[in-house]
Amino acid sequence: MAELRARDAKILMTFPVTATSHLLAEARARGAYGALEKALRTMTPQQVAKEVTASGLQGRGGAAFPTGRKWAVIQYDDGQPHYLCANADEGEPGTFKDRWILENSPHQLVESMLIAAYALQVRHAFVYMRGEFSAPFRRLQGALDEAYAAGLIGENILGTGFSCDIMIYRGAGSYVCGEASALISSIEGKRGYPRNRPPRLTVKGLYQRPTVVNNVETLSNIAWIVQHGAEAFKAVGTPKCPGTRLISISGHVARPGVYEIEVGYPWRRLIYDDCGGMLHGAALKCVIPGGISTKVLTGAEIETLNLDPAEVEPAGSSMGSGGMVAIAEGTCMVRLLQVMLRFYHHESCGQCTPCREGMGWLHRLIDRIVAGQGRLEDLDMMARISKLQDGNTICGMGDAAGYATLGILAKYRHEFEYWIREGRSMYEGNLECRRSS
Amino acid sequence: MSKVVASLMPEFERLRQRFPEGFDSSMTLPCLRRVQEVRGHVADEDIRALVDWLGVPRIQFEEVLSYYTQFRRQPVGQVRLEICRNVSCSMRGAERLLGHVCRRLGVSEGGTTGDGRFTVTTAECLGSCGTAPVMVVDDEYHENMDIDKADRLIDQMSRAEGGRGG
Repeated sequence: MAELRARDAKILMTFPVTATSHLLAEARARGAYGALEKALRTMTPQQVAKEVTASGLQGRGGAAFPTGRKWAVIQYDDGQPHYLCANADEGEPGTFKDRWILENSPHQLVESMLIAAYALQVRHAFVYMRGEFSAPFRRLQGALDEAYAAGLIGENILGTGFSCDIMIYRGAGSYVCGEASALISSIEGKRGYPRNRPPRLTVKGLYQRPTVVNNVETLSNIAWIVQHGAEAFKAVGTPKCPGTRLISISGHVARPGVYEIEVGYPWRRLIYDDCGGMLHGAALKCVIPGGISTKVLTGAEIETLNLDPAEVEPAGSSMGSGGMVAIAEGTCMVRLLQVMLRFYHHESCGQCTPCREGMGWLHRLIDRIVAGQGRLEDLDMMARISKLQDGNTICGMGDAAGYATLGILAKYRHEFEYWIREGRSMYEGNLECRRSS
Repeated sequence: MSKVVASLMPEFERLRQRFPEGFDSSMTLPCLRRVQEVRGHVADEDIRALVDWLGVPRIQFEEVLSYYTQFRRQPVGQVRLEICRNVSCSMRGAERLLGHVCRRLGVSEGGTTGDGRFTVTTAECLGSCGTAPVMVVDDEYHENMDIDKADRLIDQMSRAEGGRGG
């Protein structure tokens, strides 16, 4: 089954990256802004939205929510301003795919955002970009400047009467701001606190107006869908999850980087062919499939799997944000979880008690184990705290930290027990993949 | 009034025009970022000037400043070195790199060298996982970092004449 599906359609990484391939002239030579022209001149906003719904496109930020269904909440004739925000706050550890688009194909995002803005009747759109992204900011701002100069954005685009401005709003260092409602709070110039739903953001979002927040990769598919049609998009990937995914893979593979795969691509082929296998020929211990908040799968578990939610989810994990981390044999999972829990503790926004207190507890417990003062009961306590957070916080961060913890504890409990019993790591605390002698 | 805010006022006015009506509250983050780029940190007088101009409550500025990790209320070294130590960077040697840089400069994590030249901090995932580990020098990414490369960079910056005010 795996081999039958091994097709290689590309939607985003369709050209060789050079020093100038991100510029407008080259993007136009590849056909950029043709879809915008098509949408504005030959389609109504409703037709564009219908096409996106028919394509079956799902969110690429981690939650895989159907884009068309999110858009459908927006009422054309409600007499209110609507806003569109591209989520470029990419911060889920292991994830760096949106950065590829921002740096290498910024016009694909700009064009797609303009088409989305047309479909949603948006006059002002925003790109919320994490504050640390200096180079991606310069690339996208450069692309916007080029598009303004060419009359492709702003007032009366291409003489069609449709007007839309896009501005970049830069964050200032907060993981939680990648959560859509926290992102909205941040654009309002406040602390990036997530908000309770309902109301949904598509009902009351930015400054209480209907707002669509879509991930950068999700949006970047829109131009292609409008240009080639929903049917062509559905022919890529699987019927339940059409299209491609950008997988950013890091850790102990020989060739880390961003790879565009069709949904349904064989997992092993990505790791062993595309990425050149593991460093120094090491064996694969496990993989974090889609950002550290997704549950770890062992090397044996992924052996026959394809990169398709319909296969990854029954295996007990998720494709998440596409931020894959490959981990070699000999890596200490206790230390790895310690790194994760320090991160979650640092990033908890502090609004909800289970997360604010729970992260601190988890972090202190794992520090205690690593310091050689752990007790076996600590492991049960960590599991209990992880479960306590699930569903009891405003945003998904509490859940996510819990999944990560439970995933590692379930599969590598013996490493934790060893450290507690012996007072030291089974693998000398190794996080790096060393050449075996 | 804060000289820094006064000097940035024309730029801030232009930015305000680009936002839709009623978005004044959104000005906080971009204004603070620019103030910090000019001064190196955000001072009390900057906040007072921004509060007077924007009419956004002071508490909102304070909340923002204490929430986002990139904002600084105190001066730091002339050169800021930030090392990511999240999962992918740690798996590619970030912990050794951090240890080396701290030892070499004689500072602990978060510290500034005695001559006020370098501040070393840690960062969480910066999206450089595929080119790990990353060291950010004054907001510019230096990727696929190792101890030798870091040493060369620090040598270079140590030799560079005086430079910017801190």
